Amino acid sequence: MGDSAMTDAQKNRIRRTMMFLNTQRAALVKDSYVYKPDSVLLDLEDAVAEGEKDSARVQLYNTLKYVDYHGVERFVRINGLDTPHYKEDIRASVAGGADGIRIPKTETKNDVALVEELVEKAEKEFGRPVGSTMLMAALESPRAVLNAYEIATSSDRMMGIALSAGDFKRTMHARQTADGSELATARGLIIMAARAAGIMAFDTVYTNIDDIAGLRREAELIRDMGFDGKSLISPKQIATIHEVFTPTEKEISRAEHLILAVEENKKKGVGVLVVDGAMVDIAMVEGAYRTLTLAKASGVYKGGLV
Amino acid sequence: MINKAGRDIPDELLKDGLEVFQGQYYRDGYEYKKAAPKVKGYVQPRGSKVVDSLKDAILKCGLKDGMTVSFHHHFREGDYVASMVMEVIHELGFKDIYICASSLGAAQKSFVPMIEDGTITGISTSGVRAEIGRAISEGKLPRPAMIRTHGGRVRAIETGDIHIDIAFIGAPTSDELGNSRGTGGKSDCGVLSYAVVDARYADKVVVVTDMLVPTPNLPAGIQGIDVDYVVVVDQIGNPKKIASAVLRMTENPRELMIAEYATKCMVATPYFKDGFSFQTGAGGASLAVTRFLRPYMEKQGIQMGFACGGIVEPMVQLLKDGFIRKIVDTQDFDIASVESIGKTPGHVEISTSEYANPLNKGAFVNYLDFVILGALEVDVDYNVNVVQGSDGLIQGAPGGHVDTAAGAKCTIIATPLVRSRIPSIRDRVTSVTTPGESVDIVVTEYGVAVNPARADLIACLADSGVPLKTIEELRDEAYKLVGTPADIKFEDKIVALVEYRDGTIIDVIRKPADLG
Repeated sequence: MGDSAMTDAQKNRIRRTMMFLNTQRAALVKDSYVYKPDSVLLDLEDAVAEGEKDSARVQLYNTLKYVDYHGVERFVRINGLDTPHYKEDIRASVAGGADGIRIPKTETKNDVALVEELVEKAEKEFGRPVGSTMLMAALESPRAVLNAYEIATSSDRMMGIALSAGDFKRTMHARQTADGSELATARGLIIMAARAAGIMAFDTVYTNIDDIAGLRREAELIRDMGFDGKSLISPKQIATIHEVFTPTEKEISRAEHLILAVEENKKKGVGVLVVDGAMVDIAMVEGAYRTLTLAKASGVYKGGLV
Repeated sequence: MINKAGRDIPDELLKDGLEVFQGQYYRDGYEYKKAAPKVKGYVQPRGSKVVDSLKDAILKCGLKDGMTVSFHHHFREGDYVASMVMEVIHELGFKDIYICASSLGAAQKSFVPMIEDGTITGISTSGVRAEIGRAISEGKLPRPAMIRTHGGRVRAIETGDIHIDIAFIGAPTSDELGNSRGTGGKSDCGVLSYAVVDARYADKVVVVTDMLVPTPNLPAGIQGIDVDYVVVVDQIGNPKKIASAVLRMTENPRELMIAEYATKCMVATPYFKDGFSFQTGAGGASLAVTRFLRPYMEKQGIQMGFACGGIVEPMVQLLKDGFIRKIVDTQDFDIASVESIGKTPGHVEISTSEYANPLNKGAFVNYLDFVILGALEVDVDYNVNVVQGSDGLIQGAPGGHVDTAAGAKCTIIATPLVRSRIPSIRDRVTSVTTPGESVDIVVTEYGVAVNPARADLIACLADSGVPLKTIEELRDEAYKLVGTPADIKFEDKIVALVEYRDGTIIDVIRKPADLG
């Protein structure tokens, strides 16, 4: 992050892939940027054994401070708020200059408020610009999902909410299905809450790293539902997700035409017009820009409109 | 004297016509008379060539102190033959034996005490690993080892630079006349390509087999007309270590990334067209290139003309599926390729001379369009080291690396930028195996560097979708990640010469200091 509080551009950057990294494994964290994830999630929680939390935190600080991620965004998954670790996790993350913090097992807006307070304190303590550290919340229980909107709107620092399906499925007594129907309601509620709050929504990890076809099916599903991206556990999954989120040539061309035509018409004061044989209005411009931004991130758009 | 690869070769080594490396095509058009073995005729009607034991064969061949004996490495880590033969030679009390092997590794660790007691005093090989590599590095041989390429070894034998007195050829099957094949027995290795030149140029040839089969054992890799004696032993090798049942298809994202970049590079060149020729190694990234190629070939509706070198299952599968017209095979790395040779139409055995000898009338490597190779180190002049490890110990094999790099139109080195904490791309390699002039493209997971001498390839790759970098940028990135490597300290003692494939000296290897 820069030296000032977060900007919209930072909050709204492309995040198709947020890849978990075991913070303790130096070989893993030092060069994960070569796989070009949009964000990394430096994990202090599940990947780190209980007895190693201290050393992982030191490793985290040094990673944040000294490893050049070449523009890849760095979030930290802290330990749960029901553990003795999260306060120090937050201090280390902010001191190192993490772009944001992922709060696991978020249940209510109070959880976010607690973290926000500690983050602000740490920003002051370590001379970071107050307000520069983003927050995102992982929703891992039915209660959390039902509170999705209040969580999503609980802080200006919130940039997204994420479904974390492992615990959720267990609590729901759900069975894992091939088409993910056991998660349909949760996904629906989360994407709606995120959109209503004007923040991003991220889908859960796909745990079978050898099943690329299955990953693709799931990525297509969540893309079509409107999710911004997925959490990942392996670099092997990055290319597939990026591919799924890459707009087609037709979509790119339509977006370009739309933006140019709407801009042209704006000057004339006309709100509705026909582009490529279909009626469009100015509200569709936002979607067109998003298409081109995704296309640019995917390396298939070289134009200058974004 | 500083040679063309920028390495200092001490003048005192340059005797008996030995020259320093002067460029990869320096000996183009070189004329020579081929060496010839001394042959004892078999005029009278005879029966079997089978003798009772290795000891019998060695004595009948007239082994003397100071002679040169040869071995092939088709049995790889499962080889029993070389050790078995040398143990008998050792028991018989012979000294000052020179070993001319196509490769040496852990299977020959019994050589080390023989080096220490003077049974073995010289080694020429295309690869040295494990305990023997350490023994050579420690300077235990009274004269420097000669490290040759596969093609260079054949060349040295055919030109007479090295003369084999007795060749010991392990063969999975042989008949009583010595007609031998790489398949059909209990220790199948597929082909016997490395041993063909030994059979033709050694004064005496002994076939060692554990499966005597009815005459004639044809078509034979080693022909009976070249063989003096046949020895039947209980077991010539460990089948489990000769060929692995399944070569692991890499799922390592780093290797897949490197393979994908390498494939994109290939596809972007004008050489990627119907009838192109290709060789790849058996490493994870190299194997993955073979997998990535298939959809591009499908899309363009083209076939590979020939594939050569060490063969593995994915290549055999491409042949079976009609993507390759011929596989010209000198070595089989897995059971699938061993089972395929001679059975799958188009999968044929060739000798190592046909494969890689730079001084015959045209080896297959000279007709390669692409080769994908690995590296321990690559420097900013594109020189490659595949012989010396990061600790300075000799632990590698030039094998066909140098031969294919020189012969191919497009030589691609595929290597991770950093191995553990050792940068692969660096200012200067510890020793040069393959000169930079033979290397066209270096592919890492961080980016792809093209030798500036290949402006044509740089132009081809501009829109290929691979991240183009300079080799210096790759080096800087590596150093940034793991720090600038400290130079290894060496003593003055030269323990090995690295011979270029044409017989000139490309580098010398000194004894690492502080070996402990």
